[in-house]
Amino acid sequence: MPADMHTRIRDYASRSGEIIREDPGVREAVTGATIAFDQKRLQGYSEVDADGWRRWAEGVKSHTLTHLDRYLAGAETQLEANGAEVHWAADAAEAREIVMSLAARHSVKSVVKGKSMVTEEIDLNPALEAAGIEVYETDLGEYILQLLDEPPSHILGPAIHKSLQQVQELFTDRLGSEPGGDPDTLARAARRVLRDAFIQSDMGITGGNFLVAETGTVALIENEGNIRLTTSLPRVHVAVVGIEKLLPRMADLSGFLQLTARAATGQPIGCFVSLIQGPAAHPDDDGPEAVHVVLVDNGRTDVLAHEHAWEALRCLRCGACLNACPVYRQTGGHAYGYVYSGPIGSVLDPGLLGLHEAMPLPFASSLCGACEDACPVRIPIPEMLLEWRREAQEEGLTPWKERAALKGLASVATRPGLYRLAGKIGSRLGATGVARALPMLGEWAADRALPQPSRRTFRELWREGIE
Amino acid sequence: MRVALFVTCLADHYFAEAAADAVRLLRHLGCEVLFPADQTCCGQPAYNAGRTREAARMAKHTMEVFADSDAVVLPSGSCATMVKKFYPRLVAGGADAAAPAAVADRTSAAAELADRTFDLAEFIVHRLGVTELGNGLAGRRVAVHQGCHALRELRLETEPAVLLEGAGAEVVPWEAQEECCGFGGLFSVKMTAVSAAMADRKLDTLPEVDWVVSGDGGCVLHLDGRNRARGTGIEFVHLATALWRGVAGDAR
Repeated sequence: MPADMHTRIRDYASRSGEIIREDPGVREAVTGATIAFDQKRLQGYSEVDADGWRRWAEGVKSHTLTHLDRYLAGAETQLEANGAEVHWAADAAEAREIVMSLAARHSVKSVVKGKSMVTEEIDLNPALEAAGIEVYETDLGEYILQLLDEPPSHILGPAIHKSLQQVQELFTDRLGSEPGGDPDTLARAARRVLRDAFIQSDMGITGGNFLVAETGTVALIENEGNIRLTTSLPRVHVAVVGIEKLLPRMADLSGFLQLTARAATGQPIGCFVSLIQGPAAHPDDDGPEAVHVVLVDNGRTDVLAHEHAWEALRCLRCGACLNACPVYRQTGGHAYGYVYSGPIGSVLDPGLLGLHEAMPLPFASSLCGACEDACPVRIPIPEMLLEWRREAQEEGLTPWKERAALKGLASVATRPGLYRLAGKIGSRLGATGVARALPMLGEWAADRALPQPSRRTFRELWREGIE
Repeated sequence: MRVALFVTCLADHYFAEAAADAVRLLRHLGCEVLFPADQTCCGQPAYNAGRTREAARMAKHTMEVFADSDAVVLPSGSCATMVKKFYPRLVAGGADAAAPAAVADRTSAAAELADRTFDLAEFIVHRLGVTELGNGLAGRRVAVHQGCHALRELRLETEPAVLLEGAGAEVVPWEAQEECCGFGGLFSVKMTAVSAAMADRKLDTLPEVDWVVSGDGGCVLHLDGRNRARGTGIEFVHLATALWRGVAGDAR
């Protein structure tokens, strides 16, 4: 985790406010894009027995996670039998070191990358660049962000916080493309650069959507064809895969490929699905001469051991919960301060980083429940947020004023006489008086007109008789 | 039918007239309405903040207050959800897990209370079986704000609109109808900017209507607070009041 990450997560409330006030284009772009994605998901779900699929997928993933040791060992055996090398990384530093040593071993000078959240998580690009290796992000959205030196703000659409106009200006400035080009023109401009990168690079680095234990198959879903090239053109392919990405059998894969695509974009299946089993068998065959799979823990076994958090490891990284989330839509992912943002980030990050490091993300939710309805593997996100909040309260990670206020509420609310008296005082004080008596309401009132208490409480109306 | 009104702390102090309208409506539909005087807060503010112990104390108090009621009706989908969905979870855990018999008693008491507790619209449509309320709201254009708990926990997807239409109103489609307003209790205090932006999204997409109607006072308080701060000038009306205006022929 980069050193300033903790500060960035901790400042969620103020950073989200800054983004909303100072960069309103982000809210507009993210809201538009996520609502469009969400509509497509709803359409995609409506065409199949989505509830049945989701229950099935939840079952397969939960089973896999509760037998992870067995399936990891099986995957390693199969991958090695296929001629791939398997490497185990306990944390981000180890994962980086493994990739760096592979780059040295294969005399790598240039790398093309497919979109991958786990390589963001382990902060791989800066390490490669520091060693003098050229790195090209080849997913169009990731390429845009690489030019801008920004992290992705969405699991699936990393640059959805940018407007078309911003990308037009960027490409005119950096790639010399014609001003005001349509998306196809922009894609062509990026392709000109990236084609050369594909041809000259020695190593392709990707993540992995799934790793099938039975056959040692890394499955990758995409729409642009860049992952297909990344995994087939360079001499060496490195797949960096979180240990939770396992599926038991090849027979499970087809269901997950379809469900993931429907949840993410409403597509029946991704435009390209690459199944990587190992290097080219003969020098004349297509494909890389070496395939490496780096299995990354980096906090995942801690999450797995956690009584409530483990269910977050079912996550397919489809982004459906981000698209459905009205909180995420106001800011995009950067406000959250970590790679995994939105609803899934708010339950996963405390597990991966430790709750203290991830505060106040469990509180960055109105608990509206739209995420759980969207999730293809039925992760009970609202309930998990509440569990993290409970832990935060137990560990004293919340402001003391808030704790005191809620303890006070319970004391008053379990004494009916006192409760009635407090209510009477409140309604006599009026709106301003109540706001003064409850200091937490100060900021609230800055954006809102103060609520007007009823002139007489219901209790009083009831006593007088309701006609 | 005898009905105990659980008015909720918010309605008691901020929507007293709407709660009175709920009483009028229920009486009009043939119910005898009782008001157990010792009722307080359902405990949701503490529950949502993660203060389980405090929430459990309030749940225990509420369960005692309504132990003998035939049916418990709340003019709030969110507080109804607290009783119906979260009390059973809340009392199943807790400090004395070492005393399984006590836990089993509490759990069955919570499940039993959940079965006879209703959100107002849910009660009218499903328990009383009423969807026709006359034509008093004829010519009235309304938008419905769906409270998240009523919508996604209780799955009351159509009930408020069915009742408003049953009283003669025209329910106008609203693209953000099912989106969270950004209240979320403590959320609106802790994450004020995001919470206000969520309310703005609701207000910015509102169609031309006479009233915005919701069965949740918290949402109305939040949306109306933002509405008045922006000077948007829309009238927010609690569902109980909207329906009673129709029934009483008082559709101003």
